[in-house]
Amino acid sequence: MSTDVLLSAQNLSVRFGGVLAVNKVSFDVRRGEVFTLIGPNGAGKTTVFNLISRIYTPTTGTIVYDGAELTKQPAHAVASLGIARTFQNIELFEHATVLQNLLIGRHTHRGTNLLDDLLFTPRARRAAHEAREKVERVIDFLDLQHHRDSMIAGLPYGIRKVVELARALASEPRLLLLDEPSSGLNVEETEDMVFWIDDIRREFGATVLMVEHDMSLVSKVSDRVLAMNQGEVLALGTPEEVQAHPGVIEAYLGSQEDMSSLRRAPAP
Amino acid sequence: MRGVSTGAGERHLQIVQLLISGVAQGCIYGLIALGFVLIYKATETVSFAQGELMMLGAFCALALLTVLGFPFWISVPATIAAMGVLGLAVERAVIRPILGQPAFSIVMLTIGISYVARGAITMIPDMGTDTRVLPVPYNDAITQAGALVIDIEQMVVIASTALLCALLAMLFRFTKIGIAMQASSQNQLAAYYMGIPVKRLNGLVWALAAGVAAIAGILLAPITFVHANMGLIGLKAFPAAVVGGFGSLPGAIVGGLIIGVVESLSGFFLPEGFKDIAAYVVVLLMLMVKPNGLFGEQLRKKV
Amino acid sequence: MRFIFKTSYEQDIALAKHGGHKLWYSLLMLVLLAAPWLLDEYGLAQLTLVLIYSIVGLGLMLLAGFTGLFSIGHAAFLGVGAYTQAVMTNAGIPFPVALVAAAALSAVVGVVVGLPALRVKGIYLGIATLAFGFIVEEVFARWESVTGGNAGMHVKAPAFFEWKLETASELYFLCLLATVISTLAILNLLRSPTGRAFVAIRDSEISAQSMGIHLAAYKTLSFAISAALAGLGGALYAHMIKFLSPDQFNIIQSIDLLLMVVIGGLGSVHGAFLGAIFLITMPQLISSVKDFLPDFIGQAPGLKAVIYGAVLIAFVLFEPLGIYGRWLKTRTWFSLFPFYRKGMFKRQKSFQKSDRLR
Repeated sequence: MSTDVLLSAQNLSVRFGGVLAVNKVSFDVRRGEVFTLIGPNGAGKTTVFNLISRIYTPTTGTIVYDGAELTKQPAHAVASLGIARTFQNIELFEHATVLQNLLIGRHTHRGTNLLDDLLFTPRARRAAHEAREKVERVIDFLDLQHHRDSMIAGLPYGIRKVVELARALASEPRLLLLDEPSSGLNVEETEDMVFWIDDIRREFGATVLMVEHDMSLVSKVSDRVLAMNQGEVLALGTPEEVQAHPGVIEAYLGSQEDMSSLRRAPAP
Repeated sequence: MRGVSTGAGERHLQIVQLLISGVAQGCIYGLIALGFVLIYKATETVSFAQGELMMLGAFCALALLTVLGFPFWISVPATIAAMGVLGLAVERAVIRPILGQPAFSIVMLTIGISYVARGAITMIPDMGTDTRVLPVPYNDAITQAGALVIDIEQMVVIASTALLCALLAMLFRFTKIGIAMQASSQNQLAAYYMGIPVKRLNGLVWALAAGVAAIAGILLAPITFVHANMGLIGLKAFPAAVVGGFGSLPGAIVGGLIIGVVESLSGFFLPEGFKDIAAYVVVLLMLMVKPNGLFGEQLRKKV
Repeated sequence: MRFIFKTSYEQDIALAKHGGHKLWYSLLMLVLLAAPWLLDEYGLAQLTLVLIYSIVGLGLMLLAGFTGLFSIGHAAFLGVGAYTQAVMTNAGIPFPVALVAAAALSAVVGVVVGLPALRVKGIYLGIATLAFGFIVEEVFARWESVTGGNAGMHVKAPAFFEWKLETASELYFLCLLATVISTLAILNLLRSPTGRAFVAIRDSEISAQSMGIHLAAYKTLSFAISAALAGLGGALYAHMIKFLSPDQFNIIQSIDLLLMVVIGGLGSVHGAFLGAIFLITMPQLISSVKDFLPDFIGQAPGLKAVIYGAVLIAFVLFEPLGIYGRWLKTRTWFSLFPFYRKGMFKRQKSFQKSDRLR
């Protein structure tokens, strides 16, 4: 395997009861690229994410991250390996402020142990300052200054989505998993998202693995795209290649026969 | 122990006797647990007030029978109806406004209700602070089945519980209200969309739970007598509900029976003090072995 | 109205957010230090009890309010600390050692009680802690050789070799010291990664895990710290009350502790103190009001239960943020006068969020 590949999913399958949610999915994510998973709802894209985050364990197959097997790690170890993620339905900490959410995002960089925390030693103080500085960089990047001290519970949906992204960025990840970053956002907010994902790659040096439905966002930002349907891989390639793939078109829009039945009969 | 005879079969008889009284006690636990589970299934609220509702039911029956002098066959349905109305009122006045608050707050609220009930009953002159006998037709009645002495009070408990469970099972399977309750418990928002009057149903569920508690109170009263602290037995019904699996109605009864029987046997075979904590040891064992109880559902959040 | 002009991160990190804070809390400390000369014997005893319950309240607040784990049998930890202290003091062990041992042993019991937390959530966990509460109480009653069983046990005064803390003031200062240390420890925890991890676990476990928080370790830690504080409070309680019996640590006591944190204000450090004040002053209030009520109410054995229950219901219905919440609202009203808007603290109405799927 070339050192160019950061994450490699090999023959991943996961079965829930009788349902094969993901079936022999394989793909490689190269360092520094933006790799997008597309597919209709229920295709298994978020399940793949959950497999990488170790929320689920694959029934067969394996995931190799940075040369080591990821599937042996417990769920809470994933963050310290440099993998951060956002969630489809926003899993923020509702009764904490934006700032606290971002600071929690930096948990793996805490630099203190329990005793430091209890006594608030100089080491703890230094760590607190450093964490704050790093988090402020993210706040600056995503323009969240206004909301720094607001409780999540009172924030509108669009801002929450941005905070979710900020929290993932706060941990200085090497691999960033974004689950539908533009869902629920309007046109301007989606435009912002395009710039941010590009900047994340350049300024923060992270590799981005994304699940997305908005095709224009996908085309503008992705290096490569993987199309899935019903748990299986349909196509892999550049955004143009995948969008032109007949199998992908059929999965999204139906086949030619279905199309013709949709056409209205001419008026008498 | 009643009816202990000498001879080789003595041990067996004792055990059968213990089992019967364990089952009877277990039925009471099961009925109270049934009330919790009903409310939990419908609204995901845990109500610590069931024990006290049971106590109030017993006192209501006592009042109807002794103070107002109604015959048994009128007092019982009247008590159930009155408690049903009380359940409805409590839900309307106190529970409905706080739905949406974290589960813990609602639990504390029901604890508050139980405190108020327990304290208020002692304010009723004479009756509140005494321990009274509930004059049921089968008081102290016994009968014989061979060498086995059968306590009619316990038999009534078991039979009534079985009958009640059958009725409730039919209610949930065959009537519109029952199915609506099930729908509302599984997905409240969807139930609203389907036109199910969720709030009214919640009131009905509380009324039903209160009615079941009242029945439990009437059944328990001949055994423990009617007094203000009767409701503390309700605490043992929680292990029963957990053992059975908190979202399962048959589980509540089964859990109750298990706890009742274990308690009864440990009172006899184990040193002093074990009987009191038998229920709690059982529930801890169950949580270790099968955390969701016997019939409980294993739910995972889908992210 | 106070505007805090922030010029450095230190202001957000520090415990006292501005000059006013420093002033008022310093004054409070001075008053507390002067208390033995300002209050009569009875008043001082009540204040000591408030401090003791505050320590326990801080622990329960950490567990229930900040980590979201509900402990319905918390009196068990109080009891473990109390009996440990009693046994050790009666055996002649110096009180600092005994206090640490009491807290440590309670922490161990806390870890054991917290084991179910690693597998179950919500009401199941609550019932597990309830079960432990009953079992521990029974152990106190049966283990007569150590605890004296139901007959009870006398507790000697805290001693450090030759020096005995026998006066009320000496005990008071010991409790004050313990309270200050506990409060600072909790406040430090809450502004540090550990405390934030607790809050994360409360609000979204899956998310917390993805941030690298080891759920089992932190839940156990929360139980341990909470139990340790309850044990410390219990140890001081033993010296205060001087006579222990198992029924002092029953379900009623556990519910009283829960009442304390809920009425005080769940999720705030102030709430522990306000709740403790409520818990200790309520019986006084009831006694004084009793005689003005008609006999069948005033003399009923259930009067305390009715009043506690009613207050609890009232708070949950009308003031879910507890006494501290009411204080915040009042203070905001005054500071913003006349611009206070009615809906400032209004919670967003939400459909029942399923606890089973948290």
